[in-house]
Amino acid sequence: MTTDVILKIAISGVLTGLVYGLMALGLSVIFGVVRVVNFAHGEMMTIAMYLVIVAFNALGLDPFVMLVPISAVLFALGYLMQRAIINPFINRPEHSQFMLLVAVALVIVNALLLIFGPDSQGVTTSYSFDSFDLGGIIIDAGKVYAAIAALIVAVLLFAFFRLTLTGKAIRACADNYNGALVVGLNVKRLYALTFGIGAACVGAAGTMLMIVTDVTPAIGPAYTLLAFVIVITGGLGSMPGAIIGGVLIGLTEALGGFFFTPSAKSMFSFAILVLILLFRPQGIMGRRTA
Amino acid sequence: MKLLFDGVSGRALVLLALFFVVLAAAPFLVNDYLLVVLITILYFAYAGQCWNIMMGFAGQLSLGHALYIGLGAYVTAALYVKFGVSPWIGLVPAMIIAGAVGAVIGFLAFRFGVSGVYFAILTIAFAEFARIGFDHFSWVGGAAGYFLPVANYTQNDILNLRGSQHMFYYIVFAMTVIAFVICHLLLRSRAGYYWLAIRESPEAAEALGINIFRYKMYAVVLSAAMTSLGGVIFAFFYNNLFPEQVFHISRSIEIILGPIIGGIGTLFGPIVGAFLLTGLAEGLREVMLRLGIDLPGVKQVFYGLCLLGVVMFLPEGVWPTLKKKLGLDRGNEGS
Repeated sequence: MTTDVILKIAISGVLTGLVYGLMALGLSVIFGVVRVVNFAHGEMMTIAMYLVIVAFNALGLDPFVMLVPISAVLFALGYLMQRAIINPFINRPEHSQFMLLVAVALVIVNALLLIFGPDSQGVTTSYSFDSFDLGGIIIDAGKVYAAIAALIVAVLLFAFFRLTLTGKAIRACADNYNGALVVGLNVKRLYALTFGIGAACVGAAGTMLMIVTDVTPAIGPAYTLLAFVIVITGGLGSMPGAIIGGVLIGLTEALGGFFFTPSAKSMFSFAILVLILLFRPQGIMGRRTA
Repeated sequence: MKLLFDGVSGRALVLLALFFVVLAAAPFLVNDYLLVVLITILYFAYAGQCWNIMMGFAGQLSLGHALYIGLGAYVTAALYVKFGVSPWIGLVPAMIIAGAVGAVIGFLAFRFGVSGVYFAILTIAFAEFARIGFDHFSWVGGAAGYFLPVANYTQNDILNLRGSQHMFYYIVFAMTVIAFVICHLLLRSRAGYYWLAIRESPEAAEALGINIFRYKMYAVVLSAAMTSLGGVIFAFFYNNLFPEQVFHISRSIEIILGPIIGGIGTLFGPIVGAFLLTGLAEGLREVMLRLGIDLPGVKQVFYGLCLLGVVMFLPEGVWPTLKKKLGLDRGNEGS
């Protein structure tokens, strides 16, 4: 019985972790290419989450239907953000970029608070209470669907970066900025595109997360931090690392919440973060640069 | 005293003295509401000045200064409520504990080569760790909060920091002045020059024989210990402590907004920034009140837009520009 419960919790943690992984993937892609740490990442995700709420409440649209449209909206938002405000900061010192995005985050959180109020909101879909029974282990159907969707988006992203010409051009920018300029790549456009893709990732992750959890305007910073923890754990700039880190952190939080108390679950991910920063600062999948 | 005024132009001295006199006389000129606003401003000026030692002088970005505010607040409040220890004595262990925690974070980060953005995230992680930890620390109330006894005090009890807003105003004012003088002297000391060298180029500083690990540690420990005193004021002025508020990342961000808007690494930056930010926010509140609009979050959106504007258009901060306008920039680097 207890092993069943623990297995159920572990599987549930892994499934949520995959969605977290997709969120962190967006952060990782942006950092890997543009070399800007998106400190407004979680806040951008809350925008996507509120779009789900609006679509669901006003039009009765299922989060899965909204997956592509919301990702597209976030893509546009990310593209414009990079073009309008982040691009002038590319060569500024790190702390200056950091402050810029802290400011963006502050505006997003409180604009959402102004529009939607402080209360927690969620969606209840037709499959919210469905579950699968795997030999006595009960798993929420919504979590399974969300995790599968997150995996599909992640695989599509891998394919995009490996197979398409644009994807290769973006990787070229990441590998060698000057080289990319020399061969005539439009780096500005590619950076904006990358930021858009990163934002689209977080849009998809936010949409999927609404199946699993609720949203408040104030939750943004917590997700930003979670994305950082995951990405640093997995290796900043490594795409598989983000997914692996997501699963690891999802699992840790689920088990930590079960064995101790749910409200203390993030302590375990912070503990992992500190250990990783100290003993393997490049992350699980990262390569040491210095 | 000579060291204090060396190289400061006469005009700057006159303006500084004027500013000092106005602030010292302020409680007799303003109403209770404005006095609270002034206390808030000076509190942020003080905390910003402390943060500035780490970021502005030594170039180490901390986004977790709420940790030291919280530790200072909880240690002195717990000692006062549980054992009747005066906050003036309680601030000693508070500073030691905050300094020690700063030392641990600094040691871990600097020994293992955690720097830049990673260091900033490490500081957030420790602050969040403390927030969740104190949420479950039932000895000081946990998530339900910790309260200091409040009564209607007819007399100021300075020994126990119980009393009127005037008393708090002068205490925070004194703290701000002392922090300002300390930072002023630090900038002209050996450590100050080392810090600036480390901020500009750690590699070059190390090549010149500066023990960058030791001096970065000095900056973190000093900044942490001084910031914890801000926490003492926080605890005894507001009389209630909630981990969700005291340790929250938005507290850390509030602290750093002033110096960033005023000018990182300058002595007047934190003060000018605190006046601008809190002054404008209160002005906005007043306007909203008159218009009958009551919306939470407006102040923070305003903070965000201010910060956005400053980092985009005034990357050096307001003070360096203002200083030029006032004609005070005569060979007086960094102040």
